[in-house]
Amino acid sequence: MSDYKAGSNLEKVLKAGQFAFTGECGPPQGANIVKLKEKASHLKGCVDAVNITDNQTAVVRMSSWAASLLVQQEGIEANFQMVCRDRNRLAVQSDVLGVYSHGIRNMLCLSGDHQKFGNHPEAKNVFDIDSIQLINVVKTMRDDGKFMNGQEIDVPPKLFIGAASNPFAEPYEFRVFRLAKKIAAGADFIQTQCIYNMVLFRDFMKRVVDMGLHEKCYILAGVTPMKSVGMAQYMAKQVPGMDVPDSLIKRLKGAPKGKVGEEGIKIAVEQIMEFKEMQGVAGVHLMAIEWEHRVPEIAKLAGMLPRPTF
Amino acid sequence: MIVAEAKPISEILTMVKGLKKVLVLGCKGCVTVCNVGGAKEAGILASSIRIAGRKEGSIVEVGEHTLERQCDPEYIDEVKDLVPLYDAVVSIACGVGPQFLSERYPESRIFPGVNTKFMGGAVAHGIWSERCAGCGSCVIHYFGGLCPIARCSKSLMNGPCGGSSHGKCEISKDVDCIWDMIVRKAMDQGRMQDLLEFRPPKSWTTARDGGPRRMIREELVK
Repeated sequence: MSDYKAGSNLEKVLKAGQFAFTGECGPPQGANIVKLKEKASHLKGCVDAVNITDNQTAVVRMSSWAASLLVQQEGIEANFQMVCRDRNRLAVQSDVLGVYSHGIRNMLCLSGDHQKFGNHPEAKNVFDIDSIQLINVVKTMRDDGKFMNGQEIDVPPKLFIGAASNPFAEPYEFRVFRLAKKIAAGADFIQTQCIYNMVLFRDFMKRVVDMGLHEKCYILAGVTPMKSVGMAQYMAKQVPGMDVPDSLIKRLKGAPKGKVGEEGIKIAVEQIMEFKEMQGVAGVHLMAIEWEHRVPEIAKLAGMLPRPTF
Repeated sequence: MIVAEAKPISEILTMVKGLKKVLVLGCKGCVTVCNVGGAKEAGILASSIRIAGRKEGSIVEVGEHTLERQCDPEYIDEVKDLVPLYDAVVSIACGVGPQFLSERYPESRIFPGVNTKFMGGAVAHGIWSERCAGCGSCVIHYFGGLCPIARCSKSLMNGPCGGSSHGKCEISKDVDCIWDMIVRKAMDQGRMQDLLEFRPPKSWTTARDGGPRRMIREELVK
């Protein structure tokens, strides 16, 4: 019997005390398996696990569990994302059993963007349970071998449980407590929202460390390289809960023509280097949105290669 | 109260198209308070239908009447001699009214004249806001007397999502983030610890998810 909760590669990396590095890959808006595999292939060997998003921004895509399986078939470990927006507790639990049965070992529990943002704003939402309750459901299934109704599970699913944290959303004072609630509910690891405001994040991590939360859970800092000034401005203004300082936009604007992307990558690498040294940070979650092919380069520049193997 | 808004007149005219006699039926309950379905509005809607009917040369008579309440069989009975005189009734009560009418007068055609919106109240003159989702098992005492089921866009029970910004919900700058209000109130009262407790999944059996609801109070049943 191993000491692992789920035995995923990501869990092994973190438990071994290695600085973890996870990536992200959004499923296609269609059944384009070739495209999905092509995107994921860039991440192979560069990261410890790849988050497979679940109808992110409430836009219909190939289901996250199906895309997770396809990615795993390519020899890349998936971090299966699940949002509460689209599933009631029956669907939640049956999908957990389903993904585990097919070899998925990591799962990220999220509330989900409101459908208003997506391409089916007329949809009825579910939100039968919230993200913290979802964490607890998956933990109860794993550790107690029980469904939400208390019924015994015939072969419980063993998943390494992740959750998200947004240190920059308001009310700011509550964010560290919400993180604590997620950990108490059963989160094994946390992936944060994309960090741009390093001043605020350092303060957040100080509070995390003061509360000893980093000893109860692995915290992965979220990084998304800016591809352009337009992207930075869009994220600053349009994306809820995103904190993009003016100084960062200024720095991108100051980059030579045609070199803004390079500057974005440089900033991301600098961030990763700092996170490696930051107390309480156990790894980095790199969300290179539609920029998967740049991940190997970022991983190399940030000294994240080679990735540990077990 | 139950808050409703008038249906577009074009939608109502489509319902009554080709009819000769139409009765507009108001209600003195909630819809009067929110200025959408009382005697005054019944008069206005009746005039609008009359004018449109005259233009089209179809409707010859539009009556108007307002009941004390349309959610009570006793008052619904009041119009038993009136309803059969018309080809259709446009009820401008909340969704309860036209259904009580439909059940009491099965031979008649009953149309809804308003869109029933939510349970809430006026927060300023002309502005109404939702307060209750009617989940059937109130839990607002855990949240400083404010309801995240009705007022959080995601009905979150364990704190604000990552989209809360400047006290507003991620879905719209016009929507307050109720969790921002809950957290700030708890901080002001020095009761933050109340919010740190894990709130388990709610049973929705008492909400609409448990099927259409019915309530019996034995002591009142004759």
